[in-house]
Amino acid sequence: MTDQKFLVFEKNIEREKSRQRVMRILVQVFLYLFLIIMALIIVFPFYFMLISSVKELAEYRLPQQTLWPNKIVFHNYVEAFHTANLGTLFSNTLYVGLVSTALSLVITVITAFAFARLEFKGKNAMFAALLATMMIPGELFTITNYQTVSDFLGFRTLGRELGSGDLIAMGDWKNTFTVLIVPFLVSVFYIYLLRQNFLQIPNELYLAAKVDGTSDIKYLWKVMIPLALPTLISITILKMMGAWNSYMWPQLVANDEAHRLITNGLRNAFTTTSGDVNIPVQMAAVAIVSAPLFLVFIFLRKYIMKGVSRSGIKG
Amino acid sequence: MVGSKHPWKAWLYLSPAIILLLIFTVWPIINTVRMAFLEGYNSMAVAGGAKFEIGISNFTNVIKYKGFINCLTNTMLLCVLTVPISTILALVISVCLNAIKPLRRMLQTIFFLPYVTNSIAIGMVFAAMFNMVGNNFGRPNEILITAGIINNIIEFFGGEAINWINVGSTKLANMTVMVIYIVWNALPFKILVLLGGLQSVNKQYYDAAKVDGTSRFRTFTRITVPLLSPMITYVVITGFIGGFKEYSSIVGIFGEKMGPPGTNQSTNLNTMVGFIYDNLTNQQGRASAAALILFGIIFVVTMLNLHISKKNTHY
Repeated sequence: MTDQKFLVFEKNIEREKSRQRVMRILVQVFLYLFLIIMALIIVFPFYFMLISSVKELAEYRLPQQTLWPNKIVFHNYVEAFHTANLGTLFSNTLYVGLVSTALSLVITVITAFAFARLEFKGKNAMFAALLATMMIPGELFTITNYQTVSDFLGFRTLGRELGSGDLIAMGDWKNTFTVLIVPFLVSVFYIYLLRQNFLQIPNELYLAAKVDGTSDIKYLWKVMIPLALPTLISITILKMMGAWNSYMWPQLVANDEAHRLITNGLRNAFTTTSGDVNIPVQMAAVAIVSAPLFLVFIFLRKYIMKGVSRSGIKG
Repeated sequence: MVGSKHPWKAWLYLSPAIILLLIFTVWPIINTVRMAFLEGYNSMAVAGGAKFEIGISNFTNVIKYKGFINCLTNTMLLCVLTVPISTILALVISVCLNAIKPLRRMLQTIFFLPYVTNSIAIGMVFAAMFNMVGNNFGRPNEILITAGIINNIIEFFGGEAINWINVGSTKLANMTVMVIYIVWNALPFKILVLLGGLQSVNKQYYDAAKVDGTSRFRTFTRITVPLLSPMITYVVITGFIGGFKEYSSIVGIFGEKMGPPGTNQSTNLNTMVGFIYDNLTNQQGRASAAALILFGIIFVVTMLNLHISKKNTHY
């Protein structure tokens, strides 16, 4: 190879290299451009909600919507809070969320423990049957559950026949907090999740604890629960979010003033969404309802994303 | 596994879950099948002491019912439109996210935001964005105050304002709004799962492709998609299941009437789940039949998806 030929060869390599570098930069620019545009589309509804919630109604009704309010006002929030009675809705939802989460955690832990550590007849068949119920859409259960909570075990009918108010109250769960909590205490998916987690804990630990005479409950509390804490936190968050977002069941069985939850309360307070309605107030109400979810998300993102990627369910 | 000397202990731990499952899961399954196959079953007739014949008339009546056909087509249409759109979009976004370094975490968080929202509440935001404020739409004395922010944007780019959700809007426009909202809502979960899958793909495949000088597009179709196929199957299946259970996002935008003012049960956007809820309180036979049909469809689609993916999945 002569020197000249070699030089040409080297030049070609240089040119090819810089061409590739330009290509790479172009691709990166394109990627960022695409992602940023998509991200803007994703956040736009939130942005619209926030700016609309601080606009005067007159400004909202301008033919050309402003992308930044001419004058920022906060009275929409006060009005939204009163119109939708958000204070009561908040405390109801918080109560139902906390109680159902606490009870549900206890049940999930002991059930998962039994399936992971104890030996009994028919265990595998029962676990398989449990998992099979996950395929059935929840609406199929709702039809019967609605009947069940209207007349629990026939107590209401019996109470009517005997003229006993106590029996009627035992049978009719509608418009109570019980009806919002009890039917959803057992979640097969959470049991499955926690059982898998428990199974990863070496059995030797359990045997050692047994030799030392530790009780099951103490072992659960001291060893298994601390080791499975991330899963338990995920379950707690998803369960709380479930209470916050549940709509149909509360609407169906507990839609009275005293037991209404946040989502159906919001929907009932603002029944119309199209036409000439006071949208700034609606947007303020939506912002108030969404705020706790965002706060939870900011602080506990890791647990939410982990729980969600395994569940495929919302709430 | 440890052979426990006290099998009763396992049953003690399991008892709360078993009792609740028997009442709120097992009994509903049996009862739904029972009600579905008792001809013309409803609670009013039961209270009146009526006897029902066993037969399939609930199913045939449901299928003949005009409102049901509308619900079924709406649900199918929403599924067929939203699942492919959201899956492809999520795939493209995930691949792009995976190819950048700076800002990735921030963008990832933004793309997850729609997940932590309440579908009723944010539905109200979407309704507001598409809402025209005015009176007498489509009539000679039409008064338009503001066309809404989306129409403002369309007009900015030289388009013409569209009546999306107000009185007299077309079903095509209504459906478009629903598809946009559902896709927006479905993206976060899909991106989360697909990006998680991408990050666990062995980098060697890409290095090998680079050495061979494979084009980016070919790398995407021949390496990325096949390696991601288990995750893609997963998001498609959960997407279809979610799609067939679509309900609250429509309530969020259109309210309980499930359509713009002036539409009826054979023209509105009601879905399968909506149909079940409409009949749940006093036409239990019909609601049960519809719930079983829904379950059947979900079951068949899931099996079909699993079958197709088994043929095409590369691990």
